[in-house]
Amino acid sequence: MREKILAVIEKNSRIDIKDLAILLGESEVAVANEIAAMEKEHIICGYHTLINWDNTSDEKVVALIEVKVTPQRGMGFDKIAERIYQYSEVEAVYLMSGAYDFTVFIEGRTMRQVAQFVSEKLSPMESVLSTATHFVLKKYKDHGTVIAEPTQDERMLITP
Amino acid sequence: MRNPLSDTIVSIPPSGIRKFFDIVSEMKDAISLGVGEPDFDTPWHIREEGIYSLEKGRTFYTSNAGLKELKSEICNYLKRRMDVSYDPDGEVMVTVGGSEAIDIALRAMVNPGDEVLVPQPSYVSYVPCVTLAGGKPVIIELEEADQFKLTREKLLEKITPQTKILILPFPNNPTGAIMEKEELAVIAEIIKEKDLFVISDEIYGELTYKNQHTTIAALRGMKERTVLINGFSKAYAMTGWRLGYACAPEIILKQMLKIHQYAIMCAPTTSQYAAVSALRNGDGDVEMMRESYNQRRRYLMHTYQEMGLECFEPFGAFYTFPNIKRFGMTSDEFATRLLKEEKVAVVPGTAFGDCGEGYLRISYAYSLKSLKEALGRIQRFIWRLEGKG
Repeated sequence: MREKILAVIEKNSRIDIKDLAILLGESEVAVANEIAAMEKEHIICGYHTLINWDNTSDEKVVALIEVKVTPQRGMGFDKIAERIYQYSEVEAVYLMSGAYDFTVFIEGRTMRQVAQFVSEKLSPMESVLSTATHFVLKKYKDHGTVIAEPTQDERMLITP
Repeated sequence: MRNPLSDTIVSIPPSGIRKFFDIVSEMKDAISLGVGEPDFDTPWHIREEGIYSLEKGRTFYTSNAGLKELKSEICNYLKRRMDVSYDPDGEVMVTVGGSEAIDIALRAMVNPGDEVLVPQPSYVSYVPCVTLAGGKPVIIELEEADQFKLTREKLLEKITPQTKILILPFPNNPTGAIMEKEELAVIAEIIKEKDLFVISDEIYGELTYKNQHTTIAALRGMKERTVLINGFSKAYAMTGWRLGYACAPEIILKQMLKIHQYAIMCAPTTSQYAAVSALRNGDGDVEMMRESYNQRRRYLMHTYQEMGLECFEPFGAFYTFPNIKRFGMTSDEFATRLLKEEKVAVVPGTAFGDCGEGYLRISYAYSLKSLKEALGRIQRFIWRLEGKG
């Protein structure tokens, strides 16, 4: 049941527990318990909203930063990651295989704000060797959802 | 001027669904639960394969029976999913949708005066195709009490010395009924005993919500008596690609191929290339869509119960067939009033045969959001009929 619950709410976290139970053919109590358990086990880590900021009047700049670090004795990647992700500007941090170590997503109001964060907070960190900042120009698809334009039902109204 | 028309074709009434379509088209901003096709787009890897074939300039005819590669994949698929073996050279042909396969199977098999058994309610084209093939359609009226399955009694009742073919339309459009293995076995025994043939339209074969679909062709002694029809429209959301296929004993297929060769030439090449990818890499897509339909099916059944709309539980296709007899209206009246008063389009059961009277076909090939909105309106309509509104 977990997998099915997750498949539905990953796409629609606002669905009523009642509706979810009907869709899955389970009792409301069972579904509610399962969700509570998954929240406790930190399988479900939050319920977020996918926003297309381009359609608002808010200015927002998102950057992806490649970060190379030297893990130090007694302080593996996890510790360094923690020092980075604690900043509220940081949206996401992933440890990567390949040419660099971390991908860091930063959100700021202006490019200057992002640049400042990189030059004043991120780069000076002891373990950080180098950074490469890439600004996001346009989001086409996010979290499995195409955000560029909504689709319409173009089927004929009645077909055999 | 002489009458330019054929008496046969003039005598065939236009599809009942067509009539209702015309009424709906005039209704602006109506929301519909009336479609007979998936709400998903064709999965991208399939579309991409079609595009690639165009880029490569594969804009030629294929052989009459279809691309060799596709015929092989069809046979692999039938072996893998339905446990039935066909020879890609000689027992399989690719058609323009399942519809063409129905037509040419009948034309290849029917002699004047042969009776063809057509269970109803069912897809609109069987009866006209039998007539056009020069056969005599004999209707078997299925009943809700049997969950719209074909039973031994119902079948035996209509068999005469002239009977030659049974059309087996399961999983069923419009009722959503399925026939399970044991139920098919009963039918198969009669078919063999009475020396009949089956045209089995299994276009919804991937969309069942109980056990996996069984084809009657997989039952002992039935392959040589069966034309198995399937296609890509419903399972892979490929209705517009117009691609289906038929599998049959070589002796039948050879004649079907002859009609296809003269009337059609070959199925669309682009669609055939795309379909190869559907069969090779599409199992996950089918699984995802099936689960999604199943969830909506449960939602509909639950909501019907809440609003007091009686409906037997369908386990196939993407239709429900609720019973509206208690409202004392014909299907046509109910559907027309629902459209005029609440702007919801559904299809009257009578579009699928006279015995569909008292029922509606309501499709769940819609997003949950659309279903919710439409069901809310149907609820309001029912309340008003019951004097509660």
